[in-house]
Amino acid sequence: MGKIWSYNPGLPCAEPEIVEKETDLLFVGGGMACCGAAVEAVRWAKPAGLKIILCDKAALERSGAVAMGLSAINTYIGENKVDDYVRMVRCDLMGIIREDLSFDVGRHVDDSVMAFEDWGLPIWKKTEDGKTLDGAEAKAKGLTLRSGAKPVRSGRWQIMINGESYKCIVAEAAKNAMEQMGENGEILERVFIVRPLMDANEPNRCCGGVGFSVRENKLYIIKAKATLIATGGAVNIFRPRSISEGQGRAWYPVWNPGTGYAMVLMSGGKLVLMENRFVPARFKDGYGPVGAWFLLFKARATNAFDEDYIAKHKGELEKFKPYSEASVIGTCLRNHAMLIEMKEGRGPIYIHTEWALQEAMKTMDKKEFKKLEAEAWEDFLDMCVTQAGLWACLNIEPEKVPSEIMPTEPYFLGSHAGCAGAWCCPPDEDWVPDQYKEPWKDLGLYNRMTTVKGMFCAGDTVGACGHKFSSGAHVEGRIAAKAMVKFCLDNKDYTPTPKENPEELKKEIYAPWYRFEQYKEATTVYEVNPNYLLPKQIQHRLMKLMDEYVAGIATYYQTNKIMLERGLELLTMLKEDMQVAAARDLHELMRAWENIHRVWTAEAHLRHVLFREETRYPGYYYRADFPDIDDQNWKCFTLSSIDPETGEWKMEKFPYIQIIPDPLGP
Amino acid sequence: MPSYVNPEKCDGCKGGEKTACMYICPNDLMILDTEAMKAYNQEPDQCWECYSCVKICPQGAIAVRHYADFAPLGGTCQPMRGTTDIMWTIKFRNGVVKRFKFPIRTTPEGEADPTLGKPDPDLSAIGDNRLFTEVADGVTPAVPEAVAWK
Repeated sequence: MGKIWSYNPGLPCAEPEIVEKETDLLFVGGGMACCGAAVEAVRWAKPAGLKIILCDKAALERSGAVAMGLSAINTYIGENKVDDYVRMVRCDLMGIIREDLSFDVGRHVDDSVMAFEDWGLPIWKKTEDGKTLDGAEAKAKGLTLRSGAKPVRSGRWQIMINGESYKCIVAEAAKNAMEQMGENGEILERVFIVRPLMDANEPNRCCGGVGFSVRENKLYIIKAKATLIATGGAVNIFRPRSISEGQGRAWYPVWNPGTGYAMVLMSGGKLVLMENRFVPARFKDGYGPVGAWFLLFKARATNAFDEDYIAKHKGELEKFKPYSEASVIGTCLRNHAMLIEMKEGRGPIYIHTEWALQEAMKTMDKKEFKKLEAEAWEDFLDMCVTQAGLWACLNIEPEKVPSEIMPTEPYFLGSHAGCAGAWCCPPDEDWVPDQYKEPWKDLGLYNRMTTVKGMFCAGDTVGACGHKFSSGAHVEGRIAAKAMVKFCLDNKDYTPTPKENPEELKKEIYAPWYRFEQYKEATTVYEVNPNYLLPKQIQHRLMKLMDEYVAGIATYYQTNKIMLERGLELLTMLKEDMQVAAARDLHELMRAWENIHRVWTAEAHLRHVLFREETRYPGYYYRADFPDIDDQNWKCFTLSSIDPETGEWKMEKFPYIQIIPDPLGP
Repeated sequence: MPSYVNPEKCDGCKGGEKTACMYICPNDLMILDTEAMKAYNQEPDQCWECYSCVKICPQGAIAVRHYADFAPLGGTCQPMRGTTDIMWTIKFRNGVVKRFKFPIRTTPEGEADPTLGKPDPDLSAIGDNRLFTEVADGVTPAVPEAVAWK
């Protein structure tokens, strides 16, 4: 007989062995950003004689948001102007972004995309006579981006790929780079760094990270001169629409628990725009991507009565001028129109795949249509197999019937169409306003360094510059890595000295297991024990309270000051209970720490939503007590931080400075 | 549809150094029961259905039964991943079958050159805004066409 699930024991915990390591550069994470960081850092670190350690919670080959693959690269500038890319990001994120950081991504990103193709990623091409070739056919014909061949645009910034192995290919290049470091480079897979190490002698200085192996009982204390936190976004902080197994089908990777946001907060660093969340409208339940359907296959969305809800609510959207006037209406505003229809009982909302494909059929022969059908299925099979499976389970043939779409539960991210994350140092160039450089005047201007000396971010953990996506995250990792090498060279004589000794760290990191051992005999069933909560129980309470008080799906994304303050009281008690989390095995120890990261992230979000007294992102969330956009008072950044000594939160405004001239959008 | 292991096909990777599914799962779900020498998914409700385990299993022992809370039984997607292509067989609940083949990479596995054929940059360029490729290619990174705040 197979296992009976409710609890399958994982690898047993035991007294951990303490492993101490010292390096110049520490990369925490293994996704696109860290792979980019590795490739760039090695080129500079090797001749400089520096050391690099990369710690990935999973296996590099399939870790991070791109683990499953992708069907498109969403940021490729190509024939466009970088300035227009910045305008697009600014407009979609309702006017408040760090244009310096976005511009920096945009001017370098194609370099990474071309590298992906060199490494073996198949990228679709358009032939002279307008035919579409898949990436392998194109490569065989010598059609590459470098040779000037035209990619297949699904939107102005997106290009189509055969991306099942996207991450495997990018990870391979990173591994091959690290191998060139010889004994000065090390990749530690299945090592989960859970919190930063702070320097004993110098306040506000990060000196590495501490964590554990999820495979063997080893505690890793890694001292570093410069530490990159590139750990992805945050998922399953809100109660998801699915209630059982389907919780795993998060739209963003289910293994992203907000580790980076928590680690920046723990170190006293500043986060920016943590009120920003992303609520993607996706194929219902399976959360398959809609981008190619809307942009490439020209599908239209309607309410249950075939009404185009964007056109229908044009008047309503005008309230949000100028953000509603761009050539492409902001993503949150499209949600806003959809939500009106849902609330007023005119759902379900459909994406009419059948109209789009039937239209295409009119101008295509059988073979061409077969190819189109395959492209449509590949869009799911490359990056969201579940959606293909769900169609199969529901007998949905997209050329015959429409599919439902629906806004998901909220997510936090800095790479995709959101901009929550760390407040980071700009490039030190004369077009960057002095105000943006000011916070780093004493720390040193190192691109992508947080407000904590020696701690850097890239990808989803960098705030206020969304719409980087996979390619932008990779190149941002590269940008940060180069700055980290410079930082190490400028700090040659620095010796990282963590505040805590190894025994103290062991007690803290393994605390959930020690607690389990201490109290496990107090009950005949492990799950119910008055002395502790299990990680899953903490997560469920968090998801429920965030949903009910902090504008989740239960309230159609609405909240107000009183709800938020009540939510904060409940969250504060949850934080206390989190201090008595228990873990029965290594897998659960990982979950215990992930949920600590979730709770920190959740609190930052709640406090930001409370602080910003306006509705900046209608369609993502609403402050019912401040239902309008208030550019007069709130067209600014919001920053949060925690005093590491007192634990007190500080919220502040920081002026937004326009760099790229009007128009608002491209 | 979380992944599940067919006990008739799973051989526990013969007790080798690496159990393939356990090695690859991005969410630390797949684990080897060393007594039964069979792998299992230790937390099915945290499975993303990313198919990493399905694709890597040398025995073809892993499949997915789609999420019970919204997927009716019977539909399946089964991949066969090679070195250059992936083949998918989609079976509908009503018996319809579709097959697709897509390319996955255009270079031999293992040969991604991280240097991209460029020489290591001179360290004197460490303080500027060029990535190593841009140093080698003599590229000067763009600056905004016009600056609003100036």
